[in-house]
Amino acid sequence: MTAPFDLSDDSVVVIVGTGAGGGVLANELAQKGVSVVALEAGGRYLPEDYINDEWESFGQLAWVEPRTTSGDWRVARDFPNLPAWIVKAVGGTSIHWAGASLRIQDHEFRARTEYGNVSGANLLDWPLTRAELDPWYDKAEKKLGVTRTNDLPGLPGNNNFKVFEAGAKAIGYTQVNTGHMAINSVEYDGRMACQQTGFCFQGCKWGAKWSSAYTDIPRGEATGNLEVRANCHVLRIEHNEQGLVNAVVYSDADGNEQRQSARMVCVAGNSIESPRLLLNSASSMFPDGLANSSGQVGRNYMRHTTGSVYGVFDKPVRMWRGTVMAGIIQDEAHNDPSRGFVGGYEMETLSLGLPFMAAFLDPGGWGREFTSALDSYENMAGLWIVGEDMPQETNRVTLNTEVTDAFGMPVANVNFDDHPNDIAMRNYAYMKGMEMYDAVGATRTFPTPPYPSTHNLGTNRMSENPRDGVVNKFGQSHDIPNLYVSDGSQFTTGAAENPTLTIVALAIRQADHIAGELSKGNL
Amino acid sequence: MNSQTSREGLTRRQLLSRSAAVGASFVVGAGFVAGADAAWALETQALSPESMAALIQLARDIYPHDRIPDENYVIAVKVYDTADAAPAIEAGIAALDAVAQGRGYPSYLGTPWERDRVAILREMELSPFFQSIRGGLVTGLYNQKAVWPLFGYEGESYSEGGYLHRGFDDINWL
Ligand SMILES: Cc1cc2nc3c(=O)[nH]c(=O)nc-3n(C[C@H](O)[C@H](O)[C@H](O)COP(=O)(O)OP(=O)(O)OC[C@H]3O[C@@H](n4cnc5c(N)ncnc54)[C@H](O)[C@@H]3O)c2cc1C
Ligand code: SF4
Repeated sequence: MTAPFDLSDDSVVVIVGTGAGGGVLANELAQKGVSVVALEAGGRYLPEDYINDEWESFGQLAWVEPRTTSGDWRVARDFPNLPAWIVKAVGGTSIHWAGASLRIQDHEFRARTEYGNVSGANLLDWPLTRAELDPWYDKAEKKLGVTRTNDLPGLPGNNNFKVFEAGAKAIGYTQVNTGHMAINSVEYDGRMACQQTGFCFQGCKWGAKWSSAYTDIPRGEATGNLEVRANCHVLRIEHNEQGLVNAVVYSDADGNEQRQSARMVCVAGNSIESPRLLLNSASSMFPDGLANSSGQVGRNYMRHTTGSVYGVFDKPVRMWRGTVMAGIIQDEAHNDPSRGFVGGYEMETLSLGLPFMAAFLDPGGWGREFTSALDSYENMAGLWIVGEDMPQETNRVTLNTEVTDAFGMPVANVNFDDHPNDIAMRNYAYMKGMEMYDAVGATRTFPTPPYPSTHNLGTNRMSENPRDGVVNKFGQSHDIPNLYVSDGSQFTTGAAENPTLTIVALAIRQADHIAGELSKGNL
Repeated sequence: MNSQTSREGLTRRQLLSRSAAVGASFVVGAGFVAGADAAWALETQALSPESMAALIQLARDIYPHDRIPDENYVIAVKVYDTADAAPAIEAGIAALDAVAQGRGYPSYLGTPWERDRVAILREMELSPFFQSIRGGLVTGLYNQKAVWPLFGYEGESYSEGGYLHRGFDDINWL
């Protein structure tokens, strides 16, 4: 059924990357009869292949090719070559994700207007409002089967949630529930309900959690309009004399260089690889990289203000049992500068298995202070903080010409400094999380530093004015009309919410837009 | 249990007759190191038995878990017992011993109190030697499935049908 397109077929839309953004876009376009070639650097893995073992799964799925880091963030010290936790596989990081699916709040689309001029921050309003995006949020929630939407029940609370909920109520929070999760609480869309296995980050072996790997991608392929080429790593995008993109050059599964012609190209490689690809595609016409007349490609890298709090109790919790992130507190998600920072944050349940806990509880820690914490692993509860971080021009992805990958291409360097607003928010959230656990009897709490970034955003941001960003409100680049960005790098600001529902909503909307432009003959 | 750590390799009497105790908990002989209680013994390949004994102690001092037996620390550091890795390890242990001697002890392993060994390690904490041993242990020790039950961690659950009917929400003390 899979459509085989010719390398010289210049009528195809080429999509780079098949994660949450690219995978959805590929299917949506294919459903509308558009011919699509999706190139994916990673291999194809399905639920039967996923492994209930943290490191083994990481080795199977994660992007482990070198990247470098700089800046004052602790990740640069603890994990200098692992700035981000991203999957390299058909389905991308939607295989690893935990499924928390929230709409960005209305005011967060107007961050510059709402928060004012925050010194050192490169804030900008989205060229898009919540009301404008809502119809596509509706479609995205339906596609993902998000609990607590469309009459789908919430998930049952696991042990970790029960401690979280009790702590939240004890300190007066009221907006606490088992979350809006792209995890089936009942059978939905041909996929079964969650079995509470607790390895959501390693790929859901039951298929209860939505991932483009086993939903959108096979459905797109079934139309006959979509060809997914796995193990094909795109090296650069080429353009013609008019400055329109017309092909991508990639290394295929056998390591041979190929050139796929294209009528247009959509970049969806996640917020580190997407700007890297645009920068690596520099030419004499575009010496600073494609779509970069604003100089904003790679800049304004955001990763959410994160951190975790773990509490130890005198009795067992066994937080690893059941859904990893089905629990949320939204009382702090609003903007209230009297807390000492602008923007808000969500608190969500989180658990790690013992091997990851050893690596991430206090990276670099050792001795009895560290090991006595792990000795209480069975009695631990955990939560994750996810808050809005400030876009900064100097937080950016650049090419590191001193380090090259297996294809000889410069790798991405990720430079990140925390903004004072990020630090103030994180410290406030740590105190609240510790207070919650203390209120239900924690004997010890740990304000755990951010992990390698799971939410990577902003490096090809949307802007009304071409001077301020890389793409317009449809993800179309300001400079090159047939070059689109289709992943989280489009985000103008990070907002407090986990990003994927918005990435999916934007991808569905972009597909509608592209199909319209194609039928009008504009592309 | 790994083929090179063996419970039966040497009898307690053989061990004691062929070796000298180093520190409190290790017995070192020609080409082997063993637990003082003879519960395990390891033939070294490239490292001197003394260095291997020090390395095992170092691993425990970095990540001390009183419920984890020596065998698991042995498995975690045995990867350094190769011709390639040994020179750097020998040099690192020599540096540890030098710091210990500067503090009036015969050697790192001959420093009886954990408190005092930890003080030695604090002095060397930023050295590449310490950092690479510590970093290696994060997976070398904690990713051994054999130690997981000691922490209560249950590991893989898919083959058991998840926890839906096995206590995902069985907390009873809140
Ligand atoms: C452990 C974890 C938990 C998470 N939990 C949540 C959550 O609960 N809620 C939420 O909203 N988000 C969550 N996320 C984040 C979420 O996974 C990402 O936001 C989302 O997957 C990003 O989508 P994307 O399309 O931008 O990129 P990805 O999904 O990362 O897809 C990018 C794809 O592009 C491919 N690629 C890159 N470069 C090239 C190239 N040059 N050539 C070919 N292919 C290329 C990559 O291999 C990859 O497959 C989580 C992430 C992690 C790691
Ligand atoms: S807990 Fe539920 S969603 Fe998570 S991996 Fe298990 S079955 Fe899938």
